[in-house]
Amino acid sequence: MPLLSYLRAINRAIGDEMSRDPAVFIMGEDIREALTGTTVGLLGRFGPDRVVETPLSEQGVTNFATGAALAGLRPVVEYQIPFLLLLVIEQIANQANKVSVMSGGQASVPVTYLLPAAGWRPAWGGQHSDQPYSVFGHFGVKTVLPATPDDAYGLMISAIRDDDPVVVFAPIGAHAVRCDVVADDLRPVPLGVGRVHRPGTDVTLLATGHLVHDALAVARELANEVSIEVFDPRTLYPFDWHGLFTSLAKTGRLVVLDDANRYCGLAAEIIATVCEERHLLTMPRRVTRPDGAVVGCVPELDVALQPSRAELVAAIRLTLSGG
Amino acid sequence: MDKMQAPDLYRVMRLIRRFEERAIELVRSGEIASGIHPCIGQEAIAAGLGAALRRDDVLFAGHRAHGHLLAKGTKPGALLAEMAGRVNGVARGRGGSFHPSDFGVGVYGCTGTVGHGAPMAAGAAWALARRGTDRVAVSVFGDGAVNQGALLESLNLAALWQAPVIFVCENNGYATTLPAERGIAGSVPARALACGIPAASHDGMDPETVHGAAAAAVARARRGGGPAFLEFRTYRFEGHHTFELTAGLRYRSAAEIAGWRARDPLVLQGSRVPADVRSGIDADVEEVIEEAVRFAVAGNRPSPAEAMDYLYAAAPRPSRPGTLIEVR
Repeated sequence: MPLLSYLRAINRAIGDEMSRDPAVFIMGEDIREALTGTTVGLLGRFGPDRVVETPLSEQGVTNFATGAALAGLRPVVEYQIPFLLLLVIEQIANQANKVSVMSGGQASVPVTYLLPAAGWRPAWGGQHSDQPYSVFGHFGVKTVLPATPDDAYGLMISAIRDDDPVVVFAPIGAHAVRCDVVADDLRPVPLGVGRVHRPGTDVTLLATGHLVHDALAVARELANEVSIEVFDPRTLYPFDWHGLFTSLAKTGRLVVLDDANRYCGLAAEIIATVCEERHLLTMPRRVTRPDGAVVGCVPELDVALQPSRAELVAAIRLTLSGG
Repeated sequence: MDKMQAPDLYRVMRLIRRFEERAIELVRSGEIASGIHPCIGQEAIAAGLGAALRRDDVLFAGHRAHGHLLAKGTKPGALLAEMAGRVNGVARGRGGSFHPSDFGVGVYGCTGTVGHGAPMAAGAAWALARRGTDRVAVSVFGDGAVNQGALLESLNLAALWQAPVIFVCENNGYATTLPAERGIAGSVPARALACGIPAASHDGMDPETVHGAAAAAVARARRGGGPAFLEFRTYRFEGHHTFELTAGLRYRSAAEIAGWRARDPLVLQGSRVPADVRSGIDADVEEVIEEAVRFAVAGNRPSPAEAMDYLYAAAPRPSRPGTLIEVR
């Protein structure tokens, strides 16, 4: 069976949607040369009017896409560095995402914002390695974080088809993941629906992005000790509370594994909501980057700042012991 | 300028003037909670520009936009209701005075982030051209916007891709309280000229001058000639916002205001219209305004249960545990 890579899946999703819908186009920096890998082959298939190479003008380009969307197109905008999405948080959260409500439902902005390289890559510097996705959920922007190639394909398709702005974070840590799937079996993945990667009965291990694969490895490693259910929300906002509560109804215990900074991060929101809504058997735990962590300066330090399997094992054991 | 259009321009300007004066009264009486950014003194630009546009052309404006909506064809009652937060407003009250939109007449939005409508207009114009239409898009902003990075970026993008967009700077001399000469290095048109966009400065107190410049730019963009940049020198007779009615700011002298009031564009255009025609228009406008006020204040205020409506165009919508208000 052919192996589908993560970035190839995103590339295929963009190409498939551009074939299906002439309103879809992609714009971004260096996309003619497919610098990030997501636009390989698209220039030849669709031409420069639909593979729109932009100068380095992220704020202008993001609002440009809003205008193009209001005039009937469905832009995909690519950004190369995580913090560039915070350079344009105003354009996404305060402009594009508010059109629907501020127009009283007259219009909406079907733009997909694609970050093909979320998180850490060794030695890429302290300004290139962040995970700013929690901010978008805070402002109510639909946000997805696919962990696998088939989910990357399916969520990318759904993001492009959605009539609201959607941010797609593709974690660098998942780029090496391949999955056995033939093209005909690829399907859209609905936004807002999580995925149980591994069923279990003792503890729900909620993992996001590339950390889903660490969660699965730890679940296998501890299989003789504890039955771990690995739950991936896939969409960070709107969150699949129903899916998580269904899992917790079985396990009664929760550990959250997330690559974002701890303070006001995604894991904090998940644990707060679970504590408000459900009685757990033991205290929930989270494994995250530290508060306010700056990752990317020195590889040895970077590894220490990111969630590790050892920390995860410790958190799971702590949760099981009720400590 | 066709002589037939002189009364039409006057009618639009008179409508805008009386609309804003009446709106200020409604601010004072509490019907419009936000206050407004009155465009009194700047009516010539809205009227002249509006007369150069088709209903299906696209317009993005900023916080001082009532005049532009009226000139584009928005119904005065629906706009006033919008400003008063009523559900019969043009955007169901969700845009208010600051962020109204009326997609039916091509007003796609009014952003409060100064200057950031310019790249939206460029993007809309580019998309309209790519879709094979001859529609154009216009971005209206003040002098405060010309130092915003996003606006400057949009000039470059529009020129690179020859988008049919017209950038219109209403230079009223002040970015809130900052005088233009303390905020703008070089000239306003030079910013566009640097990108190869035709740009010039015009008298914004004469609606026929505005119309001539705007019509030429629109015609050029419509036939594929690319973007244009128009600076119109103007003045707002009132404060930046109605909070100045009580704030007692002193950034403008009484003599300066009086000097510009002596150049009232409504008086100028009125002088081009026979007196009997003018008084007929004035009487018509009074009726329109009174009907608009009746329509606005009769509108229902939204129910708190609707507070999360329209947040999203499409499913999935968040269903928040513990939240009492349903997201629709």
